[in-house]
Amino acid sequence: MMRIMPGSDSTTRRTLGTAARVLMALKLDGPLLVGLSLVSVYGLVVLYSASSQDWGTVLRAVARLGLGALAMVALAQVRPQQLRAAAPWIYAVGIVLLVVVDVIGHIGKGAQRWLDLGFIRFQPSEIMKLAVPMLCAWYLHERPLPPTAPTLGVLAAIILAPAALTAAQPDLGTAILITIGGLLLVIMAGLSVWFMAGAATLAGIGAWVGWKYFLHDYQRDRVLTFLDPQIDPQGAGYHIIQSQIAIGSGGLFGKGWMHGSQSQLEYLPERHTDFIFAVIGEEFGLLGLTILMLLYLFVVARALYLASQTQDTFTRLLSASLALTFFVYIFINTGMVSGLLPVVGVPLPLVSYGGTSMVTLLASFGILMALYSHRKLVGS
Amino acid sequence: MPRTVRIKNHQQEQHFFIQRSAIAAFIIASLTALLLGRLVLLQIIRYDYYMDQAQGNRARKDPIPANRGLIFDRNGNVLAENQPSYQLELVREQVGDLEVTLKGLVTIGILASDELSEVRRLVRARRSFESVPVRLRLTQEQMERFAVHRHEFPGVDIRKRSARSYPYGALAVHALGYVGAINETDLTKIDPLAYVGTALLGKLGVEKARESELHGKNGFREILVNAQGRSVQNQGGLESTLRTQKPRAGSDLILALDLPAQQAAEEGFAGRRGAAVAIDPHNGDVLVLASLPGFDPGMFGRGITDKEYRALNSSLDRPLVNRALGGTYPAGSTIKPVLGMAGLAYGVITPDETHYCPGTFSLPGVRKPWREGKGGVHGTVDLRTAIAESCDVYFYSLANQLHVERMHDFLEPFGYGRKTGIDISGEATGVLPSPEYKKKRFRNPSDGAWYAGDTINFGIGQGFMLVTPMQVAQVAAVLAAKGAVFQPRLVTGIRDPATGETKTIDPIPMPHVKGGTPEQWEVIMEGMRATVTRGTARGIESKDYAIAGKTGTAQAYSVTGSQRLDRKVDERLRDHSWFIAFAPAEAPQIAVAVLVENGGFGASAAAPIARKIMDAYLLPRLGKKDSGPPPKIDDLVGEEPGPAEAGTSP
Repeated sequence: MMRIMPGSDSTTRRTLGTAARVLMALKLDGPLLVGLSLVSVYGLVVLYSASSQDWGTVLRAVARLGLGALAMVALAQVRPQQLRAAAPWIYAVGIVLLVVVDVIGHIGKGAQRWLDLGFIRFQPSEIMKLAVPMLCAWYLHERPLPPTAPTLGVLAAIILAPAALTAAQPDLGTAILITIGGLLLVIMAGLSVWFMAGAATLAGIGAWVGWKYFLHDYQRDRVLTFLDPQIDPQGAGYHIIQSQIAIGSGGLFGKGWMHGSQSQLEYLPERHTDFIFAVIGEEFGLLGLTILMLLYLFVVARALYLASQTQDTFTRLLSASLALTFFVYIFINTGMVSGLLPVVGVPLPLVSYGGTSMVTLLASFGILMALYSHRKLVGS
Repeated sequence: MPRTVRIKNHQQEQHFFIQRSAIAAFIIASLTALLLGRLVLLQIIRYDYYMDQAQGNRARKDPIPANRGLIFDRNGNVLAENQPSYQLELVREQVGDLEVTLKGLVTIGILASDELSEVRRLVRARRSFESVPVRLRLTQEQMERFAVHRHEFPGVDIRKRSARSYPYGALAVHALGYVGAINETDLTKIDPLAYVGTALLGKLGVEKARESELHGKNGFREILVNAQGRSVQNQGGLESTLRTQKPRAGSDLILALDLPAQQAAEEGFAGRRGAAVAIDPHNGDVLVLASLPGFDPGMFGRGITDKEYRALNSSLDRPLVNRALGGTYPAGSTIKPVLGMAGLAYGVITPDETHYCPGTFSLPGVRKPWREGKGGVHGTVDLRTAIAESCDVYFYSLANQLHVERMHDFLEPFGYGRKTGIDISGEATGVLPSPEYKKKRFRNPSDGAWYAGDTINFGIGQGFMLVTPMQVAQVAAVLAAKGAVFQPRLVTGIRDPATGETKTIDPIPMPHVKGGTPEQWEVIMEGMRATVTRGTARGIESKDYAIAGKTGTAQAYSVTGSQRLDRKVDERLRDHSWFIAFAPAEAPQIAVAVLVENGGFGASAAAPIARKIMDAYLLPRLGKKDSGPPPKIDDLVGEEPGPAEAGTSP
């Protein structure tokens, strides 16, 4: 039986109160921070197992999380107006960097995603994941909603230009994510349902006709492979087969931490990066996956709630877009690893090791918190 | 540029946003439910399937070969066993430079330089972490030499494995058989899964016939392997669920063979070609099954080279042929006791009626007479003397009286003209002549007609008649058992090494010879006894037990009477020498047939071998040690080759 001493009760309350004040001062959202922290810690625990008990990998992930946390805290301090004012500049810089990367890649005759600044290497396309929704929200801020046709045209240009530059690297996965981020914002801005339905129908028919009548077999194969450039056609099925074996053999409760044969014996490729979801499934079972999904849903729900509390078009659209994009990342990765979606190189947010994505994600949550916490409270 | 009249309606926009957010939340919930549904499908509904797949991935079944059953003779002597053999194995990734290592092995004399390319190919064909045998069956000396240089060869080591070993070498190789590498033809006949981890398979004799009992059941040990196929240890608690299944050793076989008698037989041939078979007339136990020359069965187990195989296969002596079962020869005079019995059984002759042998026998209408083989004149002979002195004329006449149909019918139950059914393969059928046989053999009707002269030739076991030494031994056993026939067998017991229980195999009786009274059989025995006491084989008489026998000469080549084969003629064209016997004559325990290819004069070559076999088998059983003076060839009466060319014109 647990007895809560009156003294300790008040101590707890005082501690919580202090924490709340600190968070308020830092413009951070407590529940969202707790959700993100739980997901990150869960991710680190799995990463230790998935990286074959390599502390180095775990520490580098911790360092990236720390960097992301710094970006989050820093961005949380920025006022929405300042962010809005900076949006075109950030977008412009991003575009320039993307062009630079493409040119370097062209000269070097190879796929190029990274920009090496000597002390750090980063992917400019990651900036665009934030810059595109920011510019869209900036553009829509003064305009009446739902957007008119000319406005949609401008938005399409804003979205597709960086997506095309990214696809040219070639990095189709990130290009799709950039497009989705922008698209979600436009949808939240009130894109007509009829327009969406019409566009989807037209795209479907176009794809079907093209597939059926205009593509040769080898081109079709090429398209299929193009969806997943990481693997050769011979072994195209290998990743997904092994990941489904890993998940399926985990069962309800899993094989236990560091006891997953698929992951520990290296049958599962990309096990500490894109396919880490399968490691969780194998070692912690359906239970472990459900817990992770609940944590994710909590984060998404809280982010959507924060978005609904913001007060102007820019903040509302940007924050909702960031929250929904986060879920899309989750769904694309988990869908791909569990065999619902084709294999595209999208990491599992905050859990997969590597890349700039961890930093970008936490930065986006920093923006989200800033948009929320800097709102003008009526009566205060 | 005209400004739009639309003005931002913040309240409506917020309302609209909330509406879209609700829809988004619903879509998020749906997609999450879809994902969870997918996970339930994978992890709950298809759990067993994926668990199997994961198990198949991580665990490689490493076979544990079952010990092959041992083979014993009737006295418990081991004829085939398993012995540790040592081989040199190499793990490519552990040797520094493969070329340097291989050259080094050549330098210390373990590999030959001309087999380097083959070894290199073998090593390269396997994965770098696999242990590849580069030299099988190291000799003691090679092992010692390698031990001295061991430190120079990291990644090369001596590994022990079990190999089939035949302690007596080539002894009884055609009965025992041998084990050899499993080839593609074999794979179509066996269950490949049951042979994973087994490299060798019984190829001949008992080793082949009893493969299923000898092989046992291989076990396996599951080994944890990673995606590259490398076996891994120390992967947390992953090993705990690995399974192991112990192999079940193959059954031991107990053969009817008698090692001392078999040795006596093979030594008796002293380098000549031929076959010897001895049978226990009570039950068909094959006590001796020898075919000479033999070959070393170990050659196949250790991997026979092309050169060795070509040498074996192309040898003029044809060591791979099992003469005892597959060699067919004219029966010669060994048929005479049987025909004598036929004459008695059909009442054509009586034991004491006599014939005069003038040295020739003529058929009315046939221009050329049949001559006595030896060319001599036997004078007045009764049945016993005719057998003892192998009087051809007596049996020409008997055959003429019996006619071919009755001869055929009486001989059939003795096992002529069909496989004896011994429990190993490779038997020839031989030929028991009959008019039907001749009709089938010749296309041309005039050639296929049965002539009286054919019956006369049949009367002394020549002409169309062909027998295998196995069949002749069977006939000797039937004569010894006074008409009782048993299917010959090598395997008499199968022992389960786990329980030590032996399942004995009962003798298989065959239809008894038709007709004949005990008294009549006695007459035949007396005739055969007289062969040894005063007849053609009198040199092999033993003071320890009574031998009943019959000599025979089988024409290897048709020659006219004037062309006597002498030593100047190619040895391979000389007649084959037969001898059949059983002993002790009054209560036979062993029946023997010996054939010496191109042995020439009948008794001189084959009879002494039969005596040695009977000595080796009987003396210990009769409680006598010394076999007395060995028979001297010079004492033996040579039997002349068979008849001159038979009359062919009707």
